[in-house]
Amino acid sequence: MVRVDGRGDGNSLVRVRGLDKKYQRGSEEIHVLQGLNLDVDAGDFVAFMGPSGSGKTTLLNLLGGIDLPSAGSITVSGDEITHMSASKLTAWRARHVGFIFQMYNLIPVLTAFQNVELPLLLTKLSKAERRQHVEAALGIVGLADRMHHYPRQLSGGQEQRVGIARAIVADPTFLLCDEPTGDLDRKSADEVMDLLTRLVREHGKTVLLVTHDPVAAQRAQTVLHLDKGVLVEGRAAEVR
Amino acid sequence: MKYRHLIFANFFRKKIRTTLTLGSFAVALFLFGFLATVRGAFNQGLEVAGANRLVVVNKVSIIQPLPISYKEKLAQTAGVTLVTHANWFGGVYQDERNFFPQFAIEDETYRQMFPEFIVPDDQWKAFVGDRVGAIVGQDLVKRFHWKVGDRIPIKGTIFPGTWEFNIDGIYKGSRPQDDTTQFWFHYKYLEERENPYWKGLIGWYTVRIDNPDNAARIAGTIDDLFANSPWETKTETEKAFAAGFVKQAGNIEFLIMSIGGVVFFTLLLVTGNTMAIAVRERMRELAVLKAVGFSDGFVLALVLGESLLLAAIGGGLGLLLSKLFTLRGDPTGGMMPYFYLSPAAVILGLLAALAVGVAAGILPAWSAMRLRVVDALRRV
Repeated sequence: MVRVDGRGDGNSLVRVRGLDKKYQRGSEEIHVLQGLNLDVDAGDFVAFMGPSGSGKTTLLNLLGGIDLPSAGSITVSGDEITHMSASKLTAWRARHVGFIFQMYNLIPVLTAFQNVELPLLLTKLSKAERRQHVEAALGIVGLADRMHHYPRQLSGGQEQRVGIARAIVADPTFLLCDEPTGDLDRKSADEVMDLLTRLVREHGKTVLLVTHDPVAAQRAQTVLHLDKGVLVEGRAAEVR
Repeated sequence: MKYRHLIFANFFRKKIRTTLTLGSFAVALFLFGFLATVRGAFNQGLEVAGANRLVVVNKVSIIQPLPISYKEKLAQTAGVTLVTHANWFGGVYQDERNFFPQFAIEDETYRQMFPEFIVPDDQWKAFVGDRVGAIVGQDLVKRFHWKVGDRIPIKGTIFPGTWEFNIDGIYKGSRPQDDTTQFWFHYKYLEERENPYWKGLIGWYTVRIDNPDNAARIAGTIDDLFANSPWETKTETEKAFAAGFVKQAGNIEFLIMSIGGVVFFTLLLVTGNTMAIAVRERMRELAVLKAVGFSDGFVLALVLGESLLLAAIGGGLGLLLSKLFTLRGDPTGGMMPYFYLSPAAVILGLLAALAVGVAAGILPAWSAMRLRVVDALRRV
């Protein structure tokens, strides 16, 4: 269940209250987010839409703990992240967040296997266990046969699937996807969205998606629009 | 080490740039090794100098002689336990470029005075019994492909005429830095043939003393003994004597340090620039690592690790080449008999290379550590 009115029951996986984000540009103060509230339950698939500069990516960055709010609080799985120290926040990200980027952001000198393995290097898993997890993640995204390929040897869609495998390999609490289909053709974009939908349906993942693409947004259970710094509920689509 | 592939993968990211940077380190460290070897060659006398030996020379100049009659008086000086003497011969073997030192020595005392030079007993015995015999260092033997039994003609420059010697023995050093390019023959042979003007004169004395702590006092006693005579003396420790020789060649130490300093500073600039570019190109990737959960400290260590790897491989390669070069021996044809890159210099070179690696990597690593994920991901 997704709510934007700040009246969630407190059992939400993600709970945002009174979130403000301001930027200073010269002498001008820009309010990107203003008192934003959000409740997302585990297993939800939420799409955020809105015009460029509306603060979608900023919201995602704040939820992922790679940016700090000007005011307000974000609680994920009971952890209030807005007041965590930088080092705690880093450790928290490793455990709870899977990022999927528009430009894939794979490391070009590492193979698909090594890219997917990156988050696992931060765990205490043995080499054999890491291999098992990576193979499973690449299997889920359908690239088990490409694990020794470098990013330059893959298509855009395949690169993004490797990016998704990297995001899910450590079994994070939720996935944050910033325009994951923005750099793909329609067919590849559909494949990526199929994959995200499957992660929600079959693996119970929680996915928060920022997109400009209405077709991609349609796959989400809930579409929220960012307007003047606050979220407005859009259309809910049944994914089950 | 599970992060090793991360460092090595970046190492081979830009092969040409990596190769050029490695080359810079290799050239700089090769030069360092070469300069350290030259410095060692100049300071060799200092390193091998015996703490319990004094050198007595003519007060006017080393090239002025001293009477052989001083030997008895020196031997009677309190604290002196052994006296020997030698003359510089300055002959030419075949060609003037074939330089090597030839000394006319007093055989038995000379061997006792310099126990670091090892001559087999049977060869020494043959030398003592051979009026025109010679003992030669093993490096000299290698250089001219001599062997025991060869007859060697040497053209005198200070002592005219052609002098012929039989090689009766070969000495070797007991330490790697010992000079094994010398040629010794009997003082008696020189005295027999030399100009009457030189009769009864020797080049310098070496005396052994009972206690190195008494060196200054004994040196003073010796010089006082011959003060106001026609042949006044200047006595100093073997180390001070060797240092005087080094000074005659100019401030080699300063020259070498200056060249080395400039080379390392240039290397620092080149490597620092390379690392800065390498990090700037990868800001987005480093941001992704941080987003995924790698700590600031890890990113710092990763960049520094790459810089250190460059320094270690490039520096190691340069020092290896330098060592191989010095193994070929003295390139000057005898001016630097001790042409040897010591393990201490190799270690110092490696440490210097690593220090450059740290210095070159620290600023880019610091900026990578301070990188804000959001800012870096926003860059296209």
